Amino acid sequence: MSRYTSATDADRQAMLDAIGVDSLEDLFAEIPTGVRLQRPLDLPDGRPEQEVFEHLSSLAARNVHADEEVTFLGAGMYDHYVPAIIDSILGRSEFLTPYTPYQPEISQGGLQVMFEFQTAISELTGLPVSNASVYEGPSAVAAAGYLAKLETGRAKLVVSRGLHPHSREALATHAVGYRMRTEEAGLDAGGATDVDALAALVDEDTAAVFVQQPNFLGTVEELGALGEAAKRTGALFVVAADPLPLGILTPPGELGADICVGEGQTLGNRLDFGGPSFGFFAADERFIRKMPGRIAGETRDVDGNRGFVLTLQTREQHIRREKATHNICTSQALNALAGVIYLSWLGKRGLVELGELMAKRTHYARGALGLEAINPGPVVREFAVRVPDLDRLVELARAEGINPGYRLRETYPEYEDGLLVAITERRGRADIDRLAALTTSMREGVPA
Amino acid sequence: MAQLDPRAGEQTVTIYERSVEGRRAFTAPALDVPDVPLEEILPDGARRARPAELPEVSEPEIVRHFNGLSKKNFDLDTGFYPLGSCTMKHNPKLHERVAALPGHARLHPLQDPEYAQGALELMWNLQGALAEIAGLPHVSLQPSAGSHGELAGLLLTRAYHEERGEHRHKVLTPDTAHGTNPATVTMAGYEVVKVGTDEHGGVDIEDLRSKATDDVACLMLTNPNTLGLFDRNIEEIARIVHGAGATLYYDGANLNAVMGISRPGDMGFDIVHYNLHKSFTQPHGGGGPGAGPIAVSDRIEPFLPRPQVVRAESAANGSGSEPSFGLDYDRPRSIGKLRGFQGNYGVFVRSYAYICSLGGDGLRETSETAVLNANYLRARLAEPAVAQYLPIAFDRICMHEFVLSGRGARDKLGIRTLDIAKRMLDHGVHPPTVYFPLLVEEALMIEPTETEPRERLDHFVEVVRSILHEAEEDPEIARHAPYTTPVRRLDEAGAAKRPVVRQG
Repeated sequence: MSRYTSATDADRQAMLDAIGVDSLEDLFAEIPTGVRLQRPLDLPDGRPEQEVFEHLSSLAARNVHADEEVTFLGAGMYDHYVPAIIDSILGRSEFLTPYTPYQPEISQGGLQVMFEFQTAISELTGLPVSNASVYEGPSAVAAAGYLAKLETGRAKLVVSRGLHPHSREALATHAVGYRMRTEEAGLDAGGATDVDALAALVDEDTAAVFVQQPNFLGTVEELGALGEAAKRTGALFVVAADPLPLGILTPPGELGADICVGEGQTLGNRLDFGGPSFGFFAADERFIRKMPGRIAGETRDVDGNRGFVLTLQTREQHIRREKATHNICTSQALNALAGVIYLSWLGKRGLVELGELMAKRTHYARGALGLEAINPGPVVREFAVRVPDLDRLVELARAEGINPGYRLRETYPEYEDGLLVAITERRGRADIDRLAALTTSMREGVPA
Repeated sequence: MAQLDPRAGEQTVTIYERSVEGRRAFTAPALDVPDVPLEEILPDGARRARPAELPEVSEPEIVRHFNGLSKKNFDLDTGFYPLGSCTMKHNPKLHERVAALPGHARLHPLQDPEYAQGALELMWNLQGALAEIAGLPHVSLQPSAGSHGELAGLLLTRAYHEERGEHRHKVLTPDTAHGTNPATVTMAGYEVVKVGTDEHGGVDIEDLRSKATDDVACLMLTNPNTLGLFDRNIEEIARIVHGAGATLYYDGANLNAVMGISRPGDMGFDIVHYNLHKSFTQPHGGGGPGAGPIAVSDRIEPFLPRPQVVRAESAANGSGSEPSFGLDYDRPRSIGKLRGFQGNYGVFVRSYAYICSLGGDGLRETSETAVLNANYLRARLAEPAVAQYLPIAFDRICMHEFVLSGRGARDKLGIRTLDIAKRMLDHGVHPPTVYFPLLVEEALMIEPTETEPRERLDHFVEVVRSILHEAEEDPEIARHAPYTTPVRRLDEAGAAKRPVVRQG
């Protein structure tokens, strides 16, 4: 028998007898010969558990992970500390192995987690309704574009160049299906969204305007002014936000955002080479019946006891089919659970303390590196600088076990010598000073 | 079988209601840089005026809170979970161990490929295995879930036709299709045209022929379909669809029936999505994460999302060559990115481990056993004591799942499929998928999977029999079930009418 089945030869025979057929082959008689695979699958033979473990371990060993270098790499996912309680709770079978809570009487744990998650996201974003998660950040941006289509019937989506390049591209990819188009507003000389350029693109056919907080370069955007420019003609103002710095930043919902979406990896999720994490989707009350994805709601059972259910399901694909407000089915329940545990662990005060620590270290780091800032305005955990000999710096840093950050030229050719540096609570002053020693020595022309 | 503690429902307290001012779990690292006031870092309008109302709870109480919640969930490691079309198979524990290795779990997605060779090789190997299983040569691992894979498939179809100067605006879906199919069609900018089902449970060929016109872009099909039946006319279906110039899309939700036995590519499909959380053991997590890779034929390949993992032979140390792996963004005809980074890598690790454990023979045995289990359960439930109330919708050999109709129970006992499902909760088994597919009245869709032993299937038969027998005596019992769960039937209509979706 294969590793995870139980049928012995005796079982198999007894079961075939009960079915009333002679052989397993008879169960596949419906499959026409022409489409039968007449050979074994061309795959390596199965292996014992210990050998699979060794193989997967040897592959893992060929990656340089975030504990094996001092990394300043961010650009959308960040090396934050994940507390041990998350591993412990997410490892419980009762959270790890159920399906979507279609039977609420035996899924109250998962449903209540969704309710608590929605509450936390509402608090962070300053918007009254949140769903129970979507896939991840950039596709959450794309989902907001679809809601804007359903809401306005207009065809144009205006994006800031400060929106993550993956979000801009995912939005453009999806927009082909929505029969919409995207137009891009550039950044000003200070690395913030150019509000005049943005305003010039917004017209009567604009369904939504997208900015990011903080933006891809780390700049804290002036959301109030951008929102005003965005909403003049009735377009929706969509803010893609990193939820962690929202502990110290004014919630987008208080600055005019109609929708706030984002990537949730920073809330207690692993880096995992890019996923799985979760996306979140919060919005003004008036969009609650057009939101994508699962939403948990509070209710009572027949005995009057408090309970939770999936609610407003008439938005969803399994009920509404071609009239659904989105096609999403599976979302990211387990990753959202990590998010709500993480926020509970940080707590009301810890979230602020962590945000302030990052902001102060980021402020220090930008000064210590002594390089020209691409975005000299306010930053809280990431910033962009010009490095006269960027490749040389990367080489020197790598030799010392430091990953100095993200080379902006990969997605922003206008910042040919740009380096994006991320500071999390895992990067202390000693780490920052090591990177600063390299930039200082390069600037002064002395060998590091 | 284990049941949930009914007392667990008596006290429903949220984490916010456990909050006591001044309590905490987190201790921040010391401030080791000059203490510049936040006011000097952030201008007035940008600083949050009041903290977000997160709970203030100590670590022990956080752990108890979430452990307490977990005890209100039924789960696959606890008991039988025959949810049709969801493939609730065992989630091997090895997979959690290997996925947690820091080399996988703590790898940054933008790490230089030079320093991520293990991850890229894993993705390359997984792509190769999935391609072999589907019988289609090119794979993108990027889509986040099956529904995302479906959307990718239709965007690929659109790109393919538009490059040929063809503007098609309809997509065909059978009336048995998963809800995601028609929802995806709309999101991808097409119009849904439904195709009927014939008396054998397959696609109505004449209906298909009449609707496969030159403005049709694609037929989305699940095979075996949601009735658990393999469509015997698949070769003819492929001929009709291709004859109209449309693509044939395979919804891989039911791939668990045919691995190593029959391949979508050999059936004529152009585009396939896999649900790694169904056939390939990614734990369902209470509703995600999953992953929905796609495989395509040569003519669709140029349009695949970017980046693609590429393999190159590189000279190493001057002695022979060893492969190296990279990410290719230079794909000018690509539909573009569907999401951030490279996809749900943590899911890939688990599914790759599964394929390594089983090999080709093990995958085939997996599908054979899934089909054996489903047919055994189908045969057992065909006994008159059950079948008079729950007749099978299409009386044929099934594949990995089958559909019963609750119309007998409704007409003869006055209980609905919903009542039967709710009464199952009191017996410690998860009910099947109910009220789907839509063309079967009072449907119960049952997928036992290969990982269930015969005695669990026998026990399920006993549960069904006893519920029906009990209803013969007193149908009121089922009508008001469940009784032993943390909460009883919930007011869903009230929840939707006055939505309370956050802590007040």
